Amino acid sequence: MSEDKSIENTPSSPERRRFVGVAATAAGLSLAPGIMLMEVAHGRPEEQAASSAVRWGMLVDATKCGTGCNDCVSACSTENGWTPVAESQHKNQAPQWIRKLELQDPLTQFETNLPMMCQHCADAPCVDVCPTGASFKRADGIVLVNRHTCIGCRYCMMACPYKARSLVHEPLNDTQKADVPRGMGCVESCTLCVQKIDRGDGTTACAEACTASGHNALLFGDMNDPESEISKRLRELPTKQVRADLNLNLGVRYHGI
Amino acid sequence: MKRLLALGAVVLTTAALAWAGVDSTSAPKTGVAAKPVITKAVKGEQCVEDTEYMRRNHMDVLDHHRDKTVIEGVRTKKHSLKECINCHASETTGSVAKGKDDFCVSCHSYAAVKIDCFECHSTKPQASMAMHPMNAESAHYAHKMATQTNDKVSAEDMAGIAQ
Repeated sequence: MSEDKSIENTPSSPERRRFVGVAATAAGLSLAPGIMLMEVAHGRPEEQAASSAVRWGMLVDATKCGTGCNDCVSACSTENGWTPVAESQHKNQAPQWIRKLELQDPLTQFETNLPMMCQHCADAPCVDVCPTGASFKRADGIVLVNRHTCIGCRYCMMACPYKARSLVHEPLNDTQKADVPRGMGCVESCTLCVQKIDRGDGTTACAEACTASGHNALLFGDMNDPESEISKRLRELPTKQVRADLNLNLGVRYHGI
Repeated sequence: MKRLLALGAVVLTTAALAWAGVDSTSAPKTGVAAKPVITKAVKGEQCVEDTEYMRRNHMDVLDHHRDKTVIEGVRTKKHSLKECINCHASETTGSVAKGKDDFCVSCHSYAAVKIDCFECHSTKPQASMAMHPMNAESAHYAHKMATQTNDKVSAEDMAGIAQ
């Protein structure tokens, strides 16, 4: 990065910024695997708080989402340690962070597949109604539950238009993942794999699984960065927000619904 | 007669002494709880703070760090509960709170203070740690754990790695 300093005083153009980005990635790849790759992938240093300069979001391309494919759901369950609904004892109240929906147009019989989860609203109703402030929006746009203050009243579950939240009804008996604390009596929902974001993975378990399955229907990224893949795709594709009439400014956008 | 009295006195005093002896040995057992077992951390030489400081203030340190982590997303290793668990998990149970002599539980039951941490937090270090390049330094420990436990969680973790 020494040559950077010599041209420090010149105004940084998008081209130059892109070049620096490419150069940094190349440098990272050429070094020891694991260590440098992680550092390049880091959006921010470990000790730096999440910033509102970033807004994490996801683009769901329903035209690519596979019929009968459940990979995003199982990947989420594995990453975050919640029991798949089919395996739970009480299926009606089993926690579920992401679910697959199959919609059919009654007139044309046209079928649409899509995953539904927390939409990470900019103006989230769950945050508005929470009596303890446990439901909150992190600076980078991720809507989370602070389990230290959640009293399990479930107002947020009722307020959520997307049915995205669940309450943990049963003791988990130390089956939680070290990175994903969860507990009985607390409400939970999709966290956009916040533990992975903070680690600098730059993706979520569902998006990874979708790419691995070859569908490429899920794209995760920073919606505030005009150069990010997700921003480019959002510019190109016609997308919708589910229940756009509520004016919640969602972090999850759908194409092909 | 005098001799008889003297004998009686000797018998009485020995009986009394024996009684007192029984008393003095049994009293501490009923009145005072057994001292907590404090096992040395499996890995690492030095805690992030002095032992004396940690004994008195670990709860404040953890409280502060938890808010920084949950609300701001700052996941520094120092003062993180996860790192406490990584270092202090017992070699036999693989946990900080499963057995009665495990690191957290041992002191907390002595002091009669209930811990809520493990209602939500895992008491064990992450099982798939060994496969993560960033955790290479603790890999030996995770590997040791994997060979010891016949938990079905580790099979799930293997599935996670395959993905």
